[in-house]
Amino acid sequence: MSNDTVGKTLGVAAALCIVCSILVSTSAVKLKPLQTENKKLDIKKNLLLAAKLIDNPNATKAEILKAYESVEAKVVNLSTGEEVPEMDPEKFDAKKASKDPGMSVRINGDADVAKIKTRAKYAKVYYVKGEGGAVDMIVLPVYGKGLWSTLYGFLAMAPDTRTIRGLGFYEHGETPGLGGEVDNPNWKEKWVNKLATDANYQPVITVVKGEAPSGAQSKIDGLSGATLTSNGVTNLVQYWLGKDGFGPFLAKVRAQGGESL
Amino acid sequence: MSLKKTLFDPVFKNNPIALQILGICSALAVTTKLEAAVVMTIAVILVTAFSSMFVSMIRNYIPSSIRIIAQMTVIASMVIVTDQLLKAYVYDIAKSMSVYVGLIITNCIVMGRAEGYAMKNGPVMSFMDGLGNGFGYGIVLLFVAFFRELIGSGKLFGYPVMPLINEGGWYQPNGMALLSPSAFFLIGFFIWGLRAWKKDQVEHDA
Repeated sequence: MSNDTVGKTLGVAAALCIVCSILVSTSAVKLKPLQTENKKLDIKKNLLLAAKLIDNPNATKAEILKAYESVEAKVVNLSTGEEVPEMDPEKFDAKKASKDPGMSVRINGDADVAKIKTRAKYAKVYYVKGEGGAVDMIVLPVYGKGLWSTLYGFLAMAPDTRTIRGLGFYEHGETPGLGGEVDNPNWKEKWVNKLATDANYQPVITVVKGEAPSGAQSKIDGLSGATLTSNGVTNLVQYWLGKDGFGPFLAKVRAQGGESL
Repeated sequence: MSLKKTLFDPVFKNNPIALQILGICSALAVTTKLEAAVVMTIAVILVTAFSSMFVSMIRNYIPSSIRIIAQMTVIASMVIVTDQLLKAYVYDIAKSMSVYVGLIITNCIVMGRAEGYAMKNGPVMSFMDGLGNGFGYGIVLLFVAFFRELIGSGKLFGYPVMPLINEGGWYQPNGMALLSPSAFFLIGFFIWGLRAWKKDQVEHDA
């Protein structure tokens, strides 16, 4: 019998679709837990790398989890700077929330220096506790537009909320070798101990074009051949440290003197 | 054709990229680093081999009016499964390849082998043909990635071979090697070399 009768065509198409969909959905469901775990571990790893709590990008799972023990995540309301204890930081997903109209706010024209259009009302912050339980570092998730892509990363700040302890990006699509050099360890090293804000806590940190003048406390060498990515990094760091980003939260941190956290 | 011939012919004698000029698009995209090229090669080999085998197994039942879409369904399923596996077991590399694993679906080699070979031959031979073409694709990918990573970032598999000036070494990397056009040159050189060696591949003006 010919394969080309209407009945046979429909039958083969239906059977093939069912078999394929079972194959695809089984693999997706079965591998989901592994994938979610990988994703979480990857974010933890990048946080630790940015905060310089580990320095090996190929750290094993055990090493990552061990180093992560000193980190405590909290959800804060960005406009008031208050902690939101009823929200579970494990479940809060800032990327998803920034697209949910009920959970996010629009950022208007001039204020949107990081070019992200909307941001979640809440954000996660991470306290890194030193020995004795005092807060040693505050790690903030930051993101913003570079040249081609949105860069997602972590900015680690000292408890004085002015001094940078480290910066690192875990997701971006900039040109490898040019803008992609935001991942270069030597460049990231230049951020350490720079002052992100002036004495009034206004963000002033800038990635300059070319080499930063020696001794400049708030200027970072530009990435050669990647002016737009460099500008993007400046903008996103300034945005998230400013009044529309973590500004209110950082003000609270200063008011509390980092003690009651 | 013998099993061995089916497996090894596509590597040099009938290379999918160099002779059939298929699959150029992804050869440009994933070849800035050797590591990514290796994973891409493995992924493509798996997909071409298994999709050819499955298409061949059902070839006698596929109505010719919907044969392309039926092949596409099989290929797409294989690609999704491969993508899921990569994300579950080699997350870091899968992350650096982003959309390109998914884009294997559009890789002309996979489709070309399903339609051109698997529809007329048995499952075992089709599997071998898929493997061979995957290898043929992979060898060009690795060739291109080797030079792009070496010239563009002075590294191989992420290990510095030629220390860069901005890391205290002597090598000034050639940024063009990291951009797509350089892959065209390299593929060009590969084809030139291959045709200088195997003269019968040279095309003559009609």
